[in-house]
Amino acid sequence: MSTVTGTPDRTSGTPAAPSDAPAADTARLLRWWPAAVLVVLIVAPYSALPLPGLLDGPVGSAGSLQLLATCLLFGALATGYDLLLGRTGLLSFGHALYFAAGSYATNTIMLEAGLPFAVSALVGVCFGIALALVLGSVSLRVTGIGFSMVTLAFAQAGSILVSRNPGGFTGGEEGRAAPAELLPSGLVGIEHTANLYWVALGYLVLTLAVVHWAVRSPTGRVWEGIKENERRVEVLGLRPYGFKLTAFVLAGVLAALGGLVHLLLTGGSTPQTTTSDFTLSLLVMVVLGGSGTRWGPMVGGILYTWADHRLGDLAGSGAVADLPAVLRVPLSQPLFLLGVLFVAVVHLLPGGLARLPSRLDSALRAPRGATRAGAAAQKENRHP
Amino acid sequence: MSTVVLLTMTGLGLGALYFLIASGLSLIFGLMDVLNFAHGALLSIGAYGTWWAASGNLPGAGPGGAGFVLAVLFGTAVGTVAAVVLELAVVRPLYTRPREQVLATVGVGLAVPALLSGIWGSDALRFPGPEALSGTFSLLGAEVPVNRLVLVAAAVVVLVALRLFLGRTRHGLVVRAGVEDRAMVTALGIDVRKAFTLVFAIGGSAAALGGALGGLYFGSVDPRQGTSLLIFAFVVVVTGGMGSVTGAAAASVVIGLVQQFANYYTAAGLGDLAVVVLLAALLLVRPRGLTGRLA
Repeated sequence: MSTVTGTPDRTSGTPAAPSDAPAADTARLLRWWPAAVLVVLIVAPYSALPLPGLLDGPVGSAGSLQLLATCLLFGALATGYDLLLGRTGLLSFGHALYFAAGSYATNTIMLEAGLPFAVSALVGVCFGIALALVLGSVSLRVTGIGFSMVTLAFAQAGSILVSRNPGGFTGGEEGRAAPAELLPSGLVGIEHTANLYWVALGYLVLTLAVVHWAVRSPTGRVWEGIKENERRVEVLGLRPYGFKLTAFVLAGVLAALGGLVHLLLTGGSTPQTTTSDFTLSLLVMVVLGGSGTRWGPMVGGILYTWADHRLGDLAGSGAVADLPAVLRVPLSQPLFLLGVLFVAVVHLLPGGLARLPSRLDSALRAPRGATRAGAAAQKENRHP
Repeated sequence: MSTVVLLTMTGLGLGALYFLIASGLSLIFGLMDVLNFAHGALLSIGAYGTWWAASGNLPGAGPGGAGFVLAVLFGTAVGTVAAVVLELAVVRPLYTRPREQVLATVGVGLAVPALLSGIWGSDALRFPGPEALSGTFSLLGAEVPVNRLVLVAAAVVVLVALRLFLGRTRHGLVVRAGVEDRAMVTALGIDVRKAFTLVFAIGGSAAALGGALGGLYFGSVDPRQGTSLLIFAFVVVVTGGMGSVTGAAAASVVIGLVQQFANYYTAAGLGDLAVVVLLAALLLVRPRGLTGRLA
């Protein structure tokens, strides 16, 4: 929980002027917003609050909890993926492979060897680690766009393997349902959706904590250096390869854990999670929210997943069905809207949604503190 | 023997399709360092444009004879316009941010297939083609579908045209020089950005033509077709050397044949697997192969 409670209390010093005191108090309270959000999220399953438009039923209903849990899961996945993209500057197109590895390996071991879930999960995550270690150490031998292509190739190979169903292990295009009798009984069935929701929430908190801790660690500093200028890191006498591999494996482990959560949440493994489209959607989430920021990827992941699910429902509703075809057709395609939104964010909002508050802030201040804020905003525009 | 002939012709047809996508992809990457993830979408636009025209929606166009030629021309034109719009509206404003250029094409690559499936449904649609091209002909005892020949012929025409354009025209010279050293061309006072739009137009038209003829090859069009072909086009581009049109042609023949033969003689799907593993292996053995030169 270092993400929430570890925030240094820097505002506790005496305020400069008495008139600033309430502002400082508010700022201090505002620093605790992640804790408040976490508490709200923990108690959410007990709530019967309807959120019309946002969710189909009340917050505590099974359907809503399932959607919320999926949102949290993808928020966490995007956060883990950003360890590569935003923290180390590695554009991997193969992240889906490690996610699918966690899900498929665990599921296969349960189905074929009949081992209980806990053991299978452990083996599955170990498999994810080994896969990330082997493929990462190979892929990282090339840099730049070459790295992206090699990871894409490996992930595509995995995707083809899964869809060809070798030995009946993967279930081909249909995927394979997890054996309900081997799963913990508290995590099976619609009446236990709240437990699954808490599992997803726990995974999100864990991912945020790990990423936050890793980025703050000495290794994280080197990652930042590699992202800025890899050559310079080499000149300092450090070998970027090992640091990049560490980031790759750590992100792979987080993805494999995510695969486990997904297995529990959906009750099976599906080949859609192995495709390059899956990795591309993670990429979209991260960039949408704000690559390289603490909360951005999470926000992007949650927003993307929610929009992907809810916009589809919206299209089926009467409000959209009555519209003329020119409006109805694009609105009925969540991926179209998300793709367009993504392109717009890339163009108009470099840094993603996470930068929105600071941009609005500087835009509002510009008329008053004319020169300084304006110049800062301009500078920001020039160097996004 | 007849199986080998059939597999060879099918492999060549597939290779021709790969070449039509990869030639533009390769030029765009060689010149602009942009890996165009929307290239598959351009192919889909060409395929749907042709399908729409050939289904009788465009006056004069139809599923047979001259009407089909008109439909293919229409589909190619639509794809070309889409490529130019893509370059001007999406890629150009991000000229100083290469990574964002790639991301923006990813966004377009997601949005276009979604839009296509929104308009015409996500299921595969039967592709109308002329009677003459739906039959087979005998070659060394094998019954080879005619559409394979059409694809190969189109790819050869595109290859020759591209070679002539790059080797004999002033614009081609600028493109070649730009692939070689973009900064130097700019320093000589030539506006490389015009060449950017040009290669996008060329690449888009080749991909759209590939989409139109790919409809014949597969017998149907569906929104995800372009995206699934894109990965193999990446393999071709990397194998042939980024920026090299002739390299792309040679590589697409090899990839198409390897895929067909491996798929037939080993387990189904192993050919696809072999090709992507080939990509990884090539990149690892020859990482410099990415900075290919125009040959």
